[in-house]
Amino acid sequence: MAVSLGPQHPGAGHFRIKLWLDGDFLVRSEPDAGYVHRGEEKMGEYRNYIQNVPHLERPVILDSSNILLAYSLGVDELMGVTAPPRAQYLRVIMSEANRIISHMYFLGIMGIFVGHSTMIEWAMGDRDFWIDFAERIGGARVTFAYVIPGGVRNDIPEFAIEKGLKTCDWFEKRMDEYEKIFLKNPVFVQRSHAVGVLSSKDAIDLGSTGTVLRASGVKHDLRRDEPYCAYPELEFDVPVLNDGDSWARSYIALLEMRESVKIIRQCLKKLPPGSVRLKLGPQPRVPPGEVYSRTEAARGEMSYHIVSDGSPRPYRLKIGTPSFKNLRALPHLLRNVHVADIPVIYWSLNYWPVEADR
Amino acid sequence: MSQAATTPPAAPAKPAPPQAKPEPVRAADVASKIRARFPEAKVDWMKERRLKVTVPPEKIKDVSSFAKVELGFDHISTVSGVDWIAKNELEVVYFVGSTAPGWVDFVLAIAERIPRDNPVAQTLVGVWTGADYNERETHEMLGINFQGHPSPAHLLLPEDWNDLPPLRKDYVSPGR
Repeated sequence: MAVSLGPQHPGAGHFRIKLWLDGDFLVRSEPDAGYVHRGEEKMGEYRNYIQNVPHLERPVILDSSNILLAYSLGVDELMGVTAPPRAQYLRVIMSEANRIISHMYFLGIMGIFVGHSTMIEWAMGDRDFWIDFAERIGGARVTFAYVIPGGVRNDIPEFAIEKGLKTCDWFEKRMDEYEKIFLKNPVFVQRSHAVGVLSSKDAIDLGSTGTVLRASGVKHDLRRDEPYCAYPELEFDVPVLNDGDSWARSYIALLEMRESVKIIRQCLKKLPPGSVRLKLGPQPRVPPGEVYSRTEAARGEMSYHIVSDGSPRPYRLKIGTPSFKNLRALPHLLRNVHVADIPVIYWSLNYWPVEADR
Repeated sequence: MSQAATTPPAAPAKPAPPQAKPEPVRAADVASKIRARFPEAKVDWMKERRLKVTVPPEKIKDVSSFAKVELGFDHISTVSGVDWIAKNELEVVYFVGSTAPGWVDFVLAIAERIPRDNPVAQTLVGVWTGADYNERETHEMLGINFQGHPSPAHLLLPEDWNDLPPLRKDYVSPGR
């Protein structure tokens, strides 16, 4: 029997999965993306390099600083400029705050998918403290347009540093509680352990990235392997789990948030003085050339292929988003499983339809 | 206890002799190996650790298999495409990397240029399975037909899209 899951299903997001069932057994599946495709790449060709800043963060509103960071690093490289040291630290602070905001959302929705309502309430409540933190720096709550080519938009106010350090301390204690009540909860472990196992060989072959790849035992993190901004000066670990199942893909989010808190604390403490942006003007001159820039976003490798022909607008702007890269693993995992396991496997990939469709 | 005290302490275990490690491949070796094997390839550095190789379309499968099997580029990152309308060419670029320690930061861009009026390319799904959806996207957005692709249906565009491929330069967004 063929069944459509989505695109209006509350769990699927703006996304459809075609399922072929035999009783309550899923034989095979095929994802159908594109319901929220907006043509961001085509739009990018109509706007200049600064006008592109606010609209390029729209596909990834949960992780808006990381997608802009990859773009800004690419444009910086094309122009041959480097952001000032203080901006490098502020870029890292915002990126890590976004990573926590995104991972908290991920864990909360995972709670809903397995019927654990405490986790969604806690996650949404505590996520708000990080949104507050980002608001004090960027001025907005979701899409900050904070990271721009040549640096960041504005400096961090003094009181945000103090409050940020407080949030770090408090959040560290909370994470132990999430671990106890949700991630090590026997019910959740039973629902997700050994469910949707992705071997490291398959994860590499399917082009998976980010948490999916690291939960399958592959140590691949661009913050450590291709360090950008202030990451070379910071101390943090790259958590890797070998299970490759839905539980590992969820638990690794918690481990990464612990590292993110460490990173934010270090950055807030050793924020160097100086300016936070270069004066590029409203229509910067970008020489002809081609770059491939990337960052480690919350869901994985965020990449840009920018081709400039010397005009004020990019000739080609290819956005490679981690959700799109991880999508190929979905039909690989969603076969020969029970219907009850579909939500857990689907959400464990941390798939965000808007990000994949662009 | 007392017996343990009278016996001489065991000599510290000798560290195992270091095994002969294979000589690590240097970034420059990748370029020279590709040049030696495929003299027709155009090899240039986009910057340090970013190598772009442009090959004739009929060679792309050989170059890709060589890059994967012999050079260790096992992980596909993105497939991009550029419409060079003034030259009447379409360019397909595969960005591939490696998951081996110390090599993650190296990106190999394998590019091919095909004529705009006959946009046929070979699929690389057989080399990297992850190229699957990337090629489907490139197919619908730039109108490149990947020969041998297992399911070349539309992915992001509607099934009944019958206009020009939207990322072609002669496609103008409605209202512009």
